[in-house]
Amino acid sequence: MEFDCLGLNHRRINEKIRWAISKGKERIILTNVNGQRYIASGLKAEVRINIRGTPGNDLAAFMDGPVIEVEGNAQDAIGNTMNQGKVVVRGDAGDVLGYGMRGGRLYILGDVGYRVGIHMKAYKDLLPILIAGGAAKDYLGEYMAGGIIILLGLTTNRSIIGNYVGSGMHGGVIYIRGKVKKYQLGREVGIRKWTEIDDKILDKYLGEYCHDFNLNFKKIRKKKFTKLAPVSYRPYGKFYAY
Amino acid sequence: MNRIFPRIPSGCSVAGILNENGKRMSGNRIIRSISVMHERANGLGGGFAGYGIYPRHKDDYSFHLMYDDEEAKRNTEDHLKESFEIVEEEIIPTRPVEEVTQRPLLWRYFLQVKPEIKKLYYDLTENDIVVKIVMHINARIRGAFVVSSGKNMGVFKGVGFPEDIAKFYRIEEYEAYLWTAHGRFPTNTPGWWGGAHPFGLLDWTLVHNGEISSYGINKRYLEGFGYQLMLQTDSEAVLYLFDLLLRRHGLPIEMVCRILAAPFWSEIERMPEETRRVMEAIRMVYGSALINGPSSLIIGYSRGMLGLNDRVKLRPLMAARKGETFYLASEECGIREVCPRPDEIWSPAAGEPAIGELKEGLS
Repeated sequence: MEFDCLGLNHRRINEKIRWAISKGKERIILTNVNGQRYIASGLKAEVRINIRGTPGNDLAAFMDGPVIEVEGNAQDAIGNTMNQGKVVVRGDAGDVLGYGMRGGRLYILGDVGYRVGIHMKAYKDLLPILIAGGAAKDYLGEYMAGGIIILLGLTTNRSIIGNYVGSGMHGGVIYIRGKVKKYQLGREVGIRKWTEIDDKILDKYLGEYCHDFNLNFKKIRKKKFTKLAPVSYRPYGKFYAY
Repeated sequence: MNRIFPRIPSGCSVAGILNENGKRMSGNRIIRSISVMHERANGLGGGFAGYGIYPRHKDDYSFHLMYDDEEAKRNTEDHLKESFEIVEEEIIPTRPVEEVTQRPLLWRYFLQVKPEIKKLYYDLTENDIVVKIVMHINARIRGAFVVSSGKNMGVFKGVGFPEDIAKFYRIEEYEAYLWTAHGRFPTNTPGWWGGAHPFGLLDWTLVHNGEISSYGINKRYLEGFGYQLMLQTDSEAVLYLFDLLLRRHGLPIEMVCRILAAPFWSEIERMPEETRRVMEAIRMVYGSALINGPSSLIIGYSRGMLGLNDRVKLRPLMAARKGETFYLASEECGIREVCPRPDEIWSPAAGEPAIGELKEGLS
């Protein structure tokens, strides 16, 4: 089912999506999307939504299950507190992606902005995965509490991360394809030894990512990754206790 | 004009469109660009700045004024007449819009500084004289505010959503080679007509999304140079900093951006020797001009426009180019609305200006 979103506000779009789902539709196409916020937010369903245009902030916020494909770029705060489901973006995405995300997948083909994966968290069988094919700006994985971030840097030969990576991080893991410099890291994160589990994680999720975007997995996987994890699970445990 | 509307906290929207060949375009495109970001505003302020809108008066200072009442108008005009020849004056044309309430009297003047005043203040430039007069009106004349004071440009603003303010001022009837716009969502300061953006002084205009936590330091610093901060909003300080650093201190625009959004000391330490020493000097001399806190802003001036983020990127800003047109907007949708397929589109990095200017030889 296809909806032309030209001139529609986010409420109308979400009403249309819910109506289509109630009619048993499993595939929805939204055309002429430009800047409407909160698309598919809080949506709990088995449905694929294809978005043509530029969806607005908080795409898939609190989403619980659907698969969303964005043909162009996405704006800020995609997957805010997302629970389950998947968002695939074939362009770039903005700042604070996956803010407090606690499950599901966020796969971006291009570059991403500042504070990506801020305060992502995991709980029991919920494990959020965020993969970006390009470069990220400062504060990647800020205050991260759980989950997995993978950054590939396929779009640039220069440094693929900004500074203050993992500032305040106290859980989860970040994989950077290539090397990082010590000064780029926040105080609460360190470079960790590679184990078999890391290989398994990369094979599984990066494999799926490469499949989704039709990328050469072997070639991408061949380069050495750096693994970053927190140095403490309670970095501020004694902050107020002297 | 002095009615204070209640405040509800959140963000703002900014947008700008520049034709680098100086070709003028109607206000329609900037209205669409700012309106698509409706969610960022809350109806407590909207406004537009247009450059190239008064070609018949391109050598006159055009003053846009807001008055509470006839008395404020009389007092202001008496003051203007002391220093200026009034070439022409008229009411700013508006149309009634239901959503736009409590409007002040809106007047515009095309002015020339009197020769005897230039002689009297032989140690000041014409621009210095104009700034002195603007500051005097804003600080001393009750119920009067100068909204803009540059040449061949003007600011149109008020309390309302930008699309309603556009209707009210008939923005689509003006043609400009550079437009900037703002949708306001005031955070720490009240919504009122004079506090809407853009802010204007000479040909500088500012639209700003954010809040300036260094306002106290910036204000004291600016007061030392004769600026009076009277508009009950922090954003005003940024405008005067640009005027001070660019026009009066004659610094290059890139350096001004490095002053306002200075790199961290830890970054400076890693710079090559020569750059490091320049940056250290800048931070020491201009420490009080550093603006701290979340910001994305657009500065308009007669030659172009500049977009700038704060140094840790706590507010959004996108830039794009298509042929001879340069775009800035808080969100990508603000650009795509009027330019669906730009040649390039990017998010300027923290503290890194995105600048578009008229081609050489154009003015």
